[in-house]
Amino acid sequence: MKVGRRSFLSFIIGGAAGTAITPLPWKLMDDASIWSQNWPWTPVPPDGEYSYVNSVCTLCPGGCGISVRKVDDRVVKIEGMKGYPVNAGGICVLGLSGHQLLYSPTRVKSPLKRVGKRGEGKWEKISWDEAISEVAKKLSEIRSKGESHSVGSIVNADSGTIPNLFKRFLTAYGSPNFMTMPSMQDSYKMTLQLMQGVNAQAGFDAENADFILSFGSGIIDGWGSPVRMFKANSTWKANGKKVVQIEPRLSNTAAKSDKWIPIKPGTEAALALGLANVIITNSQHSQKISQSSGFESFKKLVQNEYSTDKVSQITGIDSASIVSLAKTFASASKPLAICGRGQGSTPGSLNEFMAVHALNALVGNINEQGGVWAVPEVDYIKWPEVNLDETATNGVQKERVDGAGSEYPHAKSLLNRLAEVVNSGDGSLEALFVTGANPLYSMPDSKAMKKAFDSIPFVVSFSSYMDETASNSDLILPNHVCLERYEDVPTTAGLQKNIIGLTRPVVKPQFSTKNVGDTIMLIAKALGGSIAEAFPWDSYEACLKETLGAKWDVLVENGFWSDSNSKTVSGEFNFYPKAMESLSNFSPVSLEGSTASYPLVLIPYDSIRLANGYIGDPPFVIKAVEDTVLNGKAACVEVNPKTGKELGLTEGRYASLHTPRGKAKVKVHLYEGIMPGIIALPRGLGHTAYDKYLAGKGCNFNELIGPAEDPVSGLDAAWGIRARLTKV
Amino acid sequence: MKEEGKHNKKAKKYGMVINLDNCTGCGACMVACMAENNVPFKEDESDKLDSITWMRVYKLANGESYPDADICYLPRPCMHCEGYHGHSPCVSVCPAVATDYNHDTGIVSQIYTRCFGCRYCMGACPYHARYFNWWDPVWPEGMTKYLSPNVSARMRGIVEKCSFCFHRHQLAMDKAFLEGRTELEENEYQTSCTQACPAGAITFGDLNNPHHKVNQMVKPDNKHGGRPGDPNAFRLLERLGTNPKVYYISSKEWVRRAGDNYLANEDRTVQQH
Ligand code: SF4
Ligand code: SF4
Ligand code: SF4
Repeated sequence: MKVGRRSFLSFIIGGAAGTAITPLPWKLMDDASIWSQNWPWTPVPPDGEYSYVNSVCTLCPGGCGISVRKVDDRVVKIEGMKGYPVNAGGICVLGLSGHQLLYSPTRVKSPLKRVGKRGEGKWEKISWDEAISEVAKKLSEIRSKGESHSVGSIVNADSGTIPNLFKRFLTAYGSPNFMTMPSMQDSYKMTLQLMQGVNAQAGFDAENADFILSFGSGIIDGWGSPVRMFKANSTWKANGKKVVQIEPRLSNTAAKSDKWIPIKPGTEAALALGLANVIITNSQHSQKISQSSGFESFKKLVQNEYSTDKVSQITGIDSASIVSLAKTFASASKPLAICGRGQGSTPGSLNEFMAVHALNALVGNINEQGGVWAVPEVDYIKWPEVNLDETATNGVQKERVDGAGSEYPHAKSLLNRLAEVVNSGDGSLEALFVTGANPLYSMPDSKAMKKAFDSIPFVVSFSSYMDETASNSDLILPNHVCLERYEDVPTTAGLQKNIIGLTRPVVKPQFSTKNVGDTIMLIAKALGGSIAEAFPWDSYEACLKETLGAKWDVLVENGFWSDSNSKTVSGEFNFYPKAMESLSNFSPVSLEGSTASYPLVLIPYDSIRLANGYIGDPPFVIKAVEDTVLNGKAACVEVNPKTGKELGLTEGRYASLHTPRGKAKVKVHLYEGIMPGIIALPRGLGHTAYDKYLAGKGCNFNELIGPAEDPVSGLDAAWGIRARLTKV
Repeated sequence: MKEEGKHNKKAKKYGMVINLDNCTGCGACMVACMAENNVPFKEDESDKLDSITWMRVYKLANGESYPDADICYLPRPCMHCEGYHGHSPCVSVCPAVATDYNHDTGIVSQIYTRCFGCRYCMGACPYHARYFNWWDPVWPEGMTKYLSPNVSARMRGIVEKCSFCFHRHQLAMDKAFLEGRTELEENEYQTSCTQACPAGAITFGDLNNPHHKVNQMVKPDNKHGGRPGDPNAFRLLERLGTNPKVYYISSKEWVRRAGDNYLANEDRTVQQH
């Protein structure tokens, strides 16, 4: 609940007044409750032996170390692990509720086979043997028709042994269609590739920076590795470091920054280039970097096209602020610019990433203390080459269904294109595996995604929970949850250090589930031939141990392994890769919908109290959501009071929200922290699956927005959509 | 209630300092509390008046218009008011001695088995820190497995609130006793919310002990009802005289005023200065 200064007080005064009021009417009601209060169904938790087990949380890409308190073989509490290099004892709401997921009634308790229509919710329990042979039978059929390339998989990430086992499986089987859930990391990787010629992830030496310029990144709203960023933020505060937040909405990050500069959304790249112009004009840039290739063209670009006045017009930020921001940024001793909106769960426009990266290069912080580092992946997965049989050799050479590597040569995976390609008949899949991801909920235009899924004859989910994707599959081969399984967690979310964490079984599996690593190997073995041979291990655990080699003992002992010397890769910096040319005439990512029928702009916002990836909010977390975000069954849309007045909308009333992609019934929340003309909805609500604590509450932002293909990367660049809000 | 003058010389006054500049509003303290203390949940928790949250994070706004709007989060556990010599507002009104002021620790307890649900204490608490169980708690099938044996589950008809994780104090004291000690180290007794806060915004310890961080942070003036010595530190509704043991720190004036303001027309008065 947002309480204004006055109402917060009057609320408390109400409490104070209560002292004098006679509680007689209450007293009468008590008698009914008193005699019933000792009824024996209130559980008495059994005591037992206490212990702590260290593990790593996998509920988001953050990769925090956790200490799990147990009583006998029950998990009673999850805490942050002290001394863990990512989170140093801190933890977030989701990590804290991991035990609710372990014991959740929404878990898939054994392999299930669909018996009714897809999505109807009718399942038949089957044995693991049946489940494996069912999959193997289907895959053999597809393969014998020479259609092996029409099998795909959607995996949460592309590093670590589990994703690599899936990749290996597809290769041995004969398909190029290994797809991953998109995120800002994809855009960062591509930026590093285009501007530095390196194959690396972006890592941020945030703790050592002293001036942080954030282009809408939700530093304390779940961006990067969330707990790590919370800690960095507190370190900055303790040491007087400055944060400037640029975004159209007063997010938590904006409120806690030293300066919030509202900007017309979608024009961030122009601001970055405008700042670059001021820095170059004032010769505040690093002299060394001005020798880099493309510098002169870049200079020309920003001087000709991004003059302060023009940028002021584009962004809506006054010229003086732009000039002074550029000066303070460049004169800081360790300035750092970051981007990736909100939690960074959508890739965003490549132009914006390149412009921000150029800004970092200008102040000379690439691979430097307090700057952006190009961090190579830890290459601990050194499995022997797969022997491809003829089918596989042919299969892997086929074009990917999503156009990554062909239409978009730099892209590795373009899941955002899948729905359109499949629905328009330009491509098709015969079978699809989904693990660690819930694309039917978390991909933009989730309805189109569902339609695409409907046309895929065989969908196999490995989900531990009955989520939206699992409910719309044909077969579920449930994975253990993270408190029950082994898994390596190479931390990728913006860390500048190479760290591998070890998730390990804290309690015995509660149900008839299997580690998905074992499941995929069993499927391979059932298929036989060169596919089986590609998996020489007896079990996933054996595979993991062998893969980690000497690191295994360190991992078991400490819970993590980290590279003692930080590694970065450097290539020659190029200020003006071909992809930058499009910036010579700035046009923001176009918004779907016409101004006439959709006069407002709808943007999403992220909250650390709303999980919006593979995992949905467990009961504790949804309980912690404010009533100005979720109210009863309605999501609240943030509207500036001025806009509200124009539309005749008042606080708390229902309104109907329309976009070109969908509609929803919402409640109005008047918020002074949002730019007039723009309205904002939280991500993470509107689940149709999971339990009654989560399902049917609010609306799914992804049903209201569609993807917008970035012309260079092919990744989803959409940041909002035009909308209409009317009284009901 | 112990009588005045019988106080243990080494009496502790456990308290909390919450740095609102660092608090991110992430809610980890709320959830850490629910998880530690077997707090139940129900299908709809969006009516915050009946949503049991021993720790609740409020969102305050400065009341200005865009783009001068500002917000700040304010986590609110039980204030464990000392009042005047242990006469906390709630303790004074409880007819069943179900809530008591412990002079050795400064903790206001809630004894579930004594509480018969009259809710006088809820009326008396100016901080809305107390919650009534209108229903029996129901956990979905299987979830009772995670309930902690350290804290009993509450049933319908009784009042509950933040205990400063008192069971953690007991466990720490038991351990110290076994090791032949009567005193606890600062880090031996920490609350669940303090431990979880990823921003390090919460500090917990003995306000009487000059070596403890809480004491150093707010420099409480114990002769004058514990009033904070630090100019950025404040307590909620200071002038009610509840003498709470939860202190807040904020560098923003509007936040300090929001927490300490009491009269509706006071704003104007102050601005005239
Ligand atoms: S930030 Fe992510 S990894 Fe860390 S505790 Fe939370 S959910 Fe788990
Ligand atoms: S856990 Fe800490 S940062 Fe998060 S809301 Fe609570 S006090 Fe604030
Ligand atoms: S001190 Fe303990 S009981 Fe009180 S709010 Fe914090 S976690 Fe909850």
